[in-house]
Amino acid sequence: MFDTLTDRFDGIFKRLRGRGHLGDAEVGEVLREIRVALLEADVSLEVVRDLVERIRARCSGAELSKSLTPAQQVIKVVNEELTATLGGEAFRLAYAPRPPTVVLLAGLQGAGKTTAAAALALWFKQQGRHPLLVGADLQRPAAVEQLRVLGRGVGAAVFSEGTDPVAVATKGVEEAVRVGRDVVVVDTAGRLAIDEDLMDEVRRVAAAVKPHYTFFVVDAMTGQDAVRSATAFGEALDLDGVILTKIDGDARGGAALSVKHVVGKPIAFVSTGERPESFEAFHPDRMASRILGMGDVLTLIERAEREYDAGAAEKAVERLRAGRFTLEDFHDQLQQMKRMGPLQSVLGMLPGVPKEVRDAQIDDRDVARVEAIIRSMTPAERDDPSLINGSRRLRIAAGSGRTTSDVNNLLRQFKEMQKLMRSGGAVGAAARAGARKAKKVKGGRVTPSLKDAGSLR
Amino acid sequence: MTIVLIVVIVLLLALLGAGTATVVRRNQSGLGGRPSGPTITPAEPQPDRPGGTDVVAESGEALAPPDGRPRLADRLGRAKSLFGTSLAAIRGRARIDDATFEELEEALLLADVGLPLTNRLLADLRDRVRSGEAGDSPTALLDLLKSDVVALFAGEDRELQVASDPPSVWLFVGVNGVGKTTTIGKLAAREGASGRSVVVAAGDTFRAAAGDQLAMWAERSGADIVRGADGADPSSVVFDAVQHAAARGADLVLADTAGRLHTKVNLMDELRKVRRVAARPPGTVTEVLLVLDATTGQNGLVQAREFAEAVEVTGVVLTKLDGTAKGGIVCAIRSELGLPIKLVGLGEGAGDLVPFDPEEFADALFA
Repeated sequence: MFDTLTDRFDGIFKRLRGRGHLGDAEVGEVLREIRVALLEADVSLEVVRDLVERIRARCSGAELSKSLTPAQQVIKVVNEELTATLGGEAFRLAYAPRPPTVVLLAGLQGAGKTTAAAALALWFKQQGRHPLLVGADLQRPAAVEQLRVLGRGVGAAVFSEGTDPVAVATKGVEEAVRVGRDVVVVDTAGRLAIDEDLMDEVRRVAAAVKPHYTFFVVDAMTGQDAVRSATAFGEALDLDGVILTKIDGDARGGAALSVKHVVGKPIAFVSTGERPESFEAFHPDRMASRILGMGDVLTLIERAEREYDAGAAEKAVERLRAGRFTLEDFHDQLQQMKRMGPLQSVLGMLPGVPKEVRDAQIDDRDVARVEAIIRSMTPAERDDPSLINGSRRLRIAAGSGRTTSDVNNLLRQFKEMQKLMRSGGAVGAAARAGARKAKKVKGGRVTPSLKDAGSLR
Repeated sequence: MTIVLIVVIVLLLALLGAGTATVVRRNQSGLGGRPSGPTITPAEPQPDRPGGTDVVAESGEALAPPDGRPRLADRLGRAKSLFGTSLAAIRGRARIDDATFEELEEALLLADVGLPLTNRLLADLRDRVRSGEAGDSPTALLDLLKSDVVALFAGEDRELQVASDPPSVWLFVGVNGVGKTTTIGKLAAREGASGRSVVVAAGDTFRAAAGDQLAMWAERSGADIVRGADGADPSSVVFDAVQHAAARGADLVLADTAGRLHTKVNLMDELRKVRRVAARPPGTVTEVLLVLDATTGQNGLVQAREFAEAVEVTGVVLTKLDGTAKGGIVCAIRSELGLPIKLVGLGEGAGDLVPFDPEEFADALFA
């Protein structure tokens, strides 16, 4: 998502890295580059000015330290300022002492409110809650139907009726009380900040249901208007936070930087894809690290925790260490991994992934192809690929609908991987990485083994 | 395929970290609560809502007389009153100085024109001030800049093309939530009102209830709609729509597609296929319109480039220009990629889709 911004900072700091001294001229040059990078990333003009001034003050001021190189210093300062701008601490949601906790979503047309509502319902379910979705978007044709379909998908009940938004929202909350739901998510129609009638309507919805949380939903691809709209919504409604959607594209997400700063409300959630599962709590410190090219290991680990079967993971690690990792294990891991989301997005979170690998277009269908090949093997073959001779190869190729050279490729690469694992390069490093995981995350160091992995290509 | 192995290795490494963490904190969510995939359900359309009842009549009326069409300027009053005019100060100034240029830069950047084009426009302007061509009045300078912006769009062909041999196919593409379905709904009403027989193809088989949304628009405008099952191959829906249009002797097929981020390679491939299939006889693809939300920032240029590369976009529809967003990114798209801006969306009603007018647009940019 913030890849381009990351690349720009990479470029700036690469040049800086060689220097021993950071003079005013250098600071000026760096700040100019930072300004361009931030503007190209759609960061609000006002925020850019503010951010650049703060970075300038701290870089040329007294805060210089002897133990850090100038480049490290600048990175540290930029990282801290980005984190501060993005929202300091992570957003925490407290449930109402007397349920239901009411959540209201508002925003412009097409920001992704309905999808976010369903995703939020799933998120609440994962927290052990029982959400009710309320469809108060009676404006857009079939919006309620969309919510119903999505609600069915995530297993959350949906309430709506064709009266008016205020009545629907009020009755929705009553319904939640009646059937004992402890969270209510109210989806509203998209509206322009300058449409007084509709802004008044959403104000009345809020007044009627007294939401505990009101979120402004905003598209990550939004430009300078993000701040204008957010300000107007902030004036009409008592906002508690922001939900940033569609950050799985290559939009640089400057809106993320700006909205918090201008509206003064943190980004609470981000949606990273069209599926309701692609939705997570937002962590400003991690996002800043990510902008600076340090990856987002914590998010990845959290996702892995949610999606991975702990026992199987442990077993796989054990087998990896022992060098007895078979195609069967590989296949199992592939299944686990698929649950964590598209490979591309997972890859983007790892620190120190070589740029070529990160930028490589990964087609998730390739995974399906590999799966097909492995599934066309007998258990014995998966256990010991050396069994596979010419005729078996033909059978596997025919069974998976691939060519024998595809089968060969897979086998060769698997073998290389095994060799690499056994040689201790990867496993050793990774095991160490696992041991000091907690410390490593902040530092964002490049694990040597990742480079080895990259060179496999 | 190479890449899969690399990724798997990388992931296994991550897993080592995650694996140790999971031992400590056991997976809480489990898998029981996970949805078992999309549920396919028959449509049960909601009752028609506000705006729906009078839209058809209104559209005919709003579109027929050229004077009756909504104008961008009419919509700007509201936005202005809320946010004031950033450039009022410029006009009040006696002479051109650095501050003038700073304010112009600010106005352009705030309108999402983007830094490269802003720098270019202003450098050009500075040259002309230096050579005395621009005079010494800030107001004249602003007018000069406006005419430069208008000039960006000079010579663009904003006509929507139809084939000599019907049916013509107009394909609508874009990222999620920009207003493709709504644009098609409005166009179906407009083209229907101008005497063309229209078939709409519900090619968005991914988003829940997208077909229902389009069906309501089709009903309002009296267009035929061809739909597929949820999750069906969009190409097949478009193919059926073209066949249907040919059989019925319809003039125009308006083909909706699911919103997709331009970074998703497989989805862009799917779109290529839709275009290929739509172009099969008897269909002729005469327009591939990129629908772009006016609030879009610098990413819009990347979107336009990627979509243009994938499906030969013939023009841009700029939606939601009735809000506070200025849509300045189309300047960059026009100057970088040469794509014409064909239509502008100014509201949710069927009559609120109007031809792009560079003069009005430039006025609004600096309003």
